[in-house]
Amino acid sequence: MIEFTIWDILRNLLLAARWTVVLSLVSFLGGGIVGALLLFLRIGGNRLSTAFTKYYVEFFQGTPLLMQLFLAFFGLGLFGINVPAWLAAGIALILWTAAFLTEIWRGSVESVVRGQWEASASLGMGYVQQMRYVILPQALTVAIPPTVGFSVQVVKGTALTSIIGFVELSKAGTVVTNATFQPFTVYGLVALIYFALCWPLSKSSQILERKLNVAHRNH
Amino acid sequence: MSLIEITDVRKSFGQTEVLKGIDLDVKPGEVIAVIGKSGSGKSTLLRCINGLETIDGGSISVAGAQLLPDEAHLKALRLKVGMIFQQFNLFPHLTAGGNVILSQTVVKKTPKREAEAMARKMLERVGLAEKFDAYPDELSGGQQQRVAIARALAMQPIALLCDEVTSALDPELVAEVLAVVRELAAEGMTLLMVTHEMKFARDVCSRVVFMHQGRVHEIGRPEEVFARPKTPELRQFLGVQ
Repeated sequence: MIEFTIWDILRNLLLAARWTVVLSLVSFLGGGIVGALLLFLRIGGNRLSTAFTKYYVEFFQGTPLLMQLFLAFFGLGLFGINVPAWLAAGIALILWTAAFLTEIWRGSVESVVRGQWEASASLGMGYVQQMRYVILPQALTVAIPPTVGFSVQVVKGTALTSIIGFVELSKAGTVVTNATFQPFTVYGLVALIYFALCWPLSKSSQILERKLNVAHRNH
Repeated sequence: MSLIEITDVRKSFGQTEVLKGIDLDVKPGEVIAVIGKSGSGKSTLLRCINGLETIDGGSISVAGAQLLPDEAHLKALRLKVGMIFQQFNLFPHLTAGGNVILSQTVVKKTPKREAEAMARKMLERVGLAEKFDAYPDELSGGQQQRVAIARALAMQPIALLCDEVTSALDPELVAEVLAVVRELAAEGMTLLMVTHEMKFARDVCSRVVFMHQGRVHEIGRPEEVFARPKTPELRQFLGVQ
């Protein structure tokens, strides 16, 4: 039997952690873009697009991420399309992230008091100008802390993609355990790596929240 | 020739009719105080004039600009009437100067340097030249309201709507805002103001409109309205027998 040192284990886990990082970034950035599009459909669009985004958000918030991964992975397979695990994982996580981000951002836009809309309207600004120069700059400071906070959920969400066979940190943990028969050591290290990824994010969310609140303490 | 023409304006919120046919003509340079109990429709009337509320009937025009619900007409109208709010509504993410500059550059496409010069001039006019770089939350309520006035003036409106501009202020700050409004009136600005400052209305206004239950109940020169109220409702409102 081959002996594995801690370093052997850690090195393999860290190599796999790269994919956790990549998948998190892709999900977060892709989800941000899709979420922004949904946001404008939700608040600036007509009744149809508002209803669409509302049900979209309800679907993704109301079903487990795991089911969404299964649907993306197996669902397209039903139509004879062979979806590789990385693609299904990416698509599902992007759509899932978008649903949550668009909801966070909608709340931020709506938190800007009505007087701001009225004052900018009374100065002759049109809808796009109001958004661009008055509402979004204020909504942004409200949105940043919860958005950064949510990125933690995205990182942890990537762990589920191990179930459809995408080899990231959690999946690598299972693989390494099967080779070394040291589950506690391996999963302990996996947890530590997740913590090292997530803790700076949640900490910076807290710091941002304090900072941005101080700058606008009256609002 | 009237500057603001309000003809048979009606407005309902749901089942409640708040304005039941308002007629009011305002001549250039007139300073009009709108008084009345809360719920009498005075603020709603003011908000209708620059299209913050849609009207259900009648018509409103300001210097030939008709109130119509599309963005182009609203913009044309709003360039002619400025509005000052009870809650100031300064943009909290911009400095006092930035507040006054923004709409000039964005709406009127005034070059940055001209807009800045105008902003400095207007802030000086309201006595806040030295607060150009201060953020709204660094200013007192009275100062914020004066910045709001400067912001509206920088768009060079021909009339100003003032919606209870001193009601959210601490008593000691009321005077500084009223002084600015008084100065505007003296310079010939057309003003339509909803106010609870009866002494100010008496001293400064050319006409007083008393609203009651969605109608113009009594209207006249302040010395008549305040000294010889004709209707029991106005007498009760003013607390005279």
